[in-house]
Amino acid sequence: MERQSDYLEMTLPAKPQYVGIARLTVSGLANRLGFSYDDIEDIKIAIAEACTNVVNHAYEETGNMHLSCNVFEDRVEMVVADTGQSFVLEELDQNLGPVDSRKPIDELKEGGLGLFLIDTLMDKVEISGENGVAISMTKFLQRDEVENNVDGVSTETNAQEQK
Amino acid sequence: MNLSTEVIEKSDKKKILKVAGEVDAYTAPELKANLNPLTEQEGAEVVVDLTEVSYIDSTGLGIFIGALKSAENHDATLRLTGLNDRVKRLFTITGLDEVITIDDENTEEAK
Repeated sequence: MERQSDYLEMTLPAKPQYVGIARLTVSGLANRLGFSYDDIEDIKIAIAEACTNVVNHAYEETGNMHLSCNVFEDRVEMVVADTGQSFVLEELDQNLGPVDSRKPIDELKEGGLGLFLIDTLMDKVEISGENGVAISMTKFLQRDEVENNVDGVSTETNAQEQK
Repeated sequence: MNLSTEVIEKSDKKKILKVAGEVDAYTAPELKANLNPLTEQEGAEVVVDLTEVSYIDSTGLGIFIGALKSAENHDATLRLTGLNDRVKRLFTITGLDEVITIDDENTEEAK
C-alpha cells in the first residue's frame, strides 16, 4: 500500500479573479514539495487552464470550482472539478492540438488551447464528466530520477534482489 | 496578479504596447481592450513588448490570436518582443510561434 501523506482542498467562486488564487495555491504547494522552477510553472498553467475552463464553460450563472490536491511522496495529484453542465468529451478530443500554421489566419481559433496545454504540461491527465466536469492532473517529482542517475547504488541493489 | 499596459506612439503608424504583470482569465480582457484599438488602425505596425510579463496562459494566447486576425483584416502588422523563456515556451508548444512574428531581441525601446 502506498502511503498518502497529505490532502488539501479549497472551494472558490467560479469567477476570473479567483483563477489566480488557485494558481498561487498550487504554486506554493509545489514549491514546498520541491518541484523544479519549470515544473512549478507548468503546474500553475495547468491549474489555471482547468479553472479557466470552469469559469468560462461550467455554469450559466454562478457556481463554484473545487480544487483538491493529493500529495504523495513521488507526485502530486490535483483535481479541478465543477458541478455545472458536463460537456461532450468526444467533441473535446478532436479539438486537442497545437495551432495549425498552414491554416489561414482568419480560421485560427482563439480558444481551445487550454486542454491541449494541460495535456502537454502534466504527466497524467484524466477527464470525467458525470456530475459536472472533473479534470485530474498528476505531476511527478523528478528528484528521485536524478538521484538514481547520480549514483547507481539503487539500481545495483535491485539487480541483487532479483537474483 | 495584476496587469498594466502603456501605449508608446513611435509614429503615426508605429505603436508599442508595453505590458507588465500576469495575463490570465482575469486580466486578459484589459489586454484585449488596449490591444484591439491598435491593430484596428489601417496599416499600423503594432509591437507588443512583453518584457515585464511573468505569466501567460491560453487566455492570453487567445488575445494574441484575435489581435493577429484583427491586424490581418486592417492591413496592419503585429509583432511580439521581449518574451522571457517561459512565455516563449508556451508560444512554441502551442505552435503560435509559427503564425505570430516573435522577436528574439529584448526590449523594443533599447533599439
